[in-house]
Amino acid sequence: MTTTALRRTGVGEFVLRTPAVGPTIALVVAVALFSLTTDTFLDVDNLSLVVQQSLVVGTLALGQTLVILTGGIDLANAAACVLGTLLMARLVADGVAAPLALLAGIAVVVAVGATTGGVVTALGLPPFIVTLGVLAIVTAASRIYAGGQSFPVTDGLLGLLGTRQYLFGQIELTIGMGVALGMYLLLWYSLTRTAWGRHVYAVGNDSEAARLSGIHVRRTLLSVYVVAGLVYGVAAWQALGRVPNADPNAFQTGNLDSVTAVVLGGTSLFGGRGSVLGTLVGALIVAVLRSGLTQAGIDNLYQDVATGVLVIAAVAVDRFARRRQR
Amino acid sequence: MSDPDGRDAPAPDPVLSARGLVKRFGRVTAIDGADFDLLPGEVLAVVGDNGAGKSSLIKALSGALTPDAGEVRVAGRPVRFHGPLDARRHGIETVYQDLALAPAQDVASNLFLGRERRRPGLLGRVFRLLDTRGMRAEAERVLDELGIGVRSTSQPVETLSGGQRQGVAVARAAAFGTRVVIMDEPTAALGVAESARVLDLIDRLRARGLPVVLISHNMPHVFDIADRVHVHRLGRRVAVVSPAERTMNEVVGLITGALRVGADGALEEVRDAVRTGVTRTGGGTAE
Repeated sequence: MTTTALRRTGVGEFVLRTPAVGPTIALVVAVALFSLTTDTFLDVDNLSLVVQQSLVVGTLALGQTLVILTGGIDLANAAACVLGTLLMARLVADGVAAPLALLAGIAVVVAVGATTGGVVTALGLPPFIVTLGVLAIVTAASRIYAGGQSFPVTDGLLGLLGTRQYLFGQIELTIGMGVALGMYLLLWYSLTRTAWGRHVYAVGNDSEAARLSGIHVRRTLLSVYVVAGLVYGVAAWQALGRVPNADPNAFQTGNLDSVTAVVLGGTSLFGGRGSVLGTLVGALIVAVLRSGLTQAGIDNLYQDVATGVLVIAAVAVDRFARRRQR
Repeated sequence: MSDPDGRDAPAPDPVLSARGLVKRFGRVTAIDGADFDLLPGEVLAVVGDNGAGKSSLIKALSGALTPDAGEVRVAGRPVRFHGPLDARRHGIETVYQDLALAPAQDVASNLFLGRERRRPGLLGRVFRLLDTRGMRAEAERVLDELGIGVRSTSQPVETLSGGQRQGVAVARAAAFGTRVVIMDEPTAALGVAESARVLDLIDRLRARGLPVVLISHNMPHVFDIADRVHVHRLGRRVAVVSPAERTMNEVVGLITGALRVGADGALEEVRDAVRTGVTRTGGGTAE
C-alpha cells in the first residue's frame, strides 16, 4: 500500500503538487534563451515593457483562473472588460465625474459576472455555453453603446494605472504593475489560506463530493463569478492605463489569450488543480515569447504559431502527469 | 401499518428513526412508506436488492435528499433535513459509496472539508486564515486512533490506495459524528484484506459507543459485524432480523421476497414469489 506512494516522493511529486514550478522553469529558460540569442531582449526597458504588455491579459487571466479552477471557462471576460472601458471613457466624455465613471464601469463588469454566475448556478448550464452567449450579447452591447466610435481618455484617474515611476532612476514601473501584483497575491492568499479557497478547489474537483461534504456549491460558484467580474473590472482600468483609448474592437482575442496564460501556468482545464501564481508566470511566458521572437525578427503570425504549440504542449503535459498519477 | 420487525422486549429509544418515508422521482417511487430504527450503540445492517431503495433511504436519513412525506426523528425528536449540513448538525455523519472526497486535496483538507478551522484571534476573524497546522495535527490524531495508516496528512487523497481512501472517509465521519455514522457500501470496491480493515474500523466505532448504519450487499460481512439486519424491499422495510437467529439464506429469501414475516413474527414462504433456489432451504419457520 505504501510502496506506490513512496515511489512518488521527491522531485517528481514536488513538481506535480506545486503547479507553478514547471511554468517557472519554462519562463526562466525562455528568458535565458532570448537573452543569449538577441542583444536587445535582456534590457531593463525591454523587460519592463514585457511586463506592461502582459498586464491586461494577465489581469483577465487572473479572473479566468478562478473560473477554470471551478471546472468552468469564461469566454466573455475580455468582452466584459471592453464594455467597462467604454463605459468609463464615454461617461467621462459625457461629463460624469471620473471616480463615478470608474466605479460605474467596474460595477457593470461585476454585474456581467454576477449574471453569468447566476445563470450557471441557477439553471445548471455549462459555463462554456453561458459565457458564449454572454460574449455575443456584451460585444453587441459595447458596439451599440459606442456607436462605431472609440473614446480617447485624457482623464488622470482613468489613466492612473499607466503612470510610470522610476525605481533607482532606471527601472520603469507602472502603478498598474503594483495593482496587478497586489490582486494576484490577494487571490493567492484567498485560494490557499482560507476556507473559501479550499471550497473553490473542492467544487472544481468534484462538485457532488463538495455538496455532500457540506459545501454550499452554488454560493461558492456564484462568488467565483462575482470576484472574477471584479477582477475584469480592474482589467478595464488597466487597459485604459496602457492605451488611453476605449475601443469597442479592442481585445478581441483577450478571452483566448487569458485561457492561454492560465493553461501555460499549469492550471488544469478540468478544474480543481492549479494556482494563480502559475497564471502570473503563464502570462509572462506569453509576453516574453512575443517580445523575444520579435527581437529575433520573427513575424507576428509565427509567434501565434509558437504560442499555439506551447498551449497544446502544456495541456498534453498536464494530461500525461494526471494519467501517471492514477 | 403493522410493525414487522418482530421485537418483543421493550427496546431502548432509537437514536435515529423514520416513519412512513416517501420519495418519488417522477413516476418512480424510490421510498414507499419506509420505516427505520437505529438503536444506541448497535451496528445495523441495511440489506436489499439493487433498486430496493436502500440508497434513497440512506440519503433521506443523511439529509442528501428531502422526503416527500414521512418523518425522520433524531433521539425521538422530529427533524427536517434540507441538506447534508442539517444532518451533520445533528451529529449524523455519512460515508458515501463514492466517498465524497476531493481527490486533488490532501488528507487533512479532506477530513475538514466544509468545516475548516480558522486561526484564533485577528488572523482568523479578519484575515480568515486557516489553522492548517492544527488541522493536520488533529487529522493525524484521528487517523492514528482508528489505525488508518497514511504516509502523511499532507498527501493528496488521489495518491492513496482504495482502502486508505475509505479509511480517510470513515475517519472524517468518525471525527465529527457524535450520534450516528452511516456507511454506504464501504467494502464494495475493496479487496479482502482492505475489507477486513474497514470491518475492524466499524467495530472500533461501535466500541466507542457510536451506532453505525451499514449498507451492504455482502452477506458474510453483514453477518460478521451487524447486531441487527434491516431488510429493505420495494422501497420499504419488510423485516428486521437478528443475525444470530437467522441464516443468510433466510435473509436472502426476505430480500428477494421468497420469504416474508408472518403475523406471528415467523417467516413464511410466499407461494407466488419468483423462486431463486435458496427458498427451499431457507423456508419454514425457525421459531
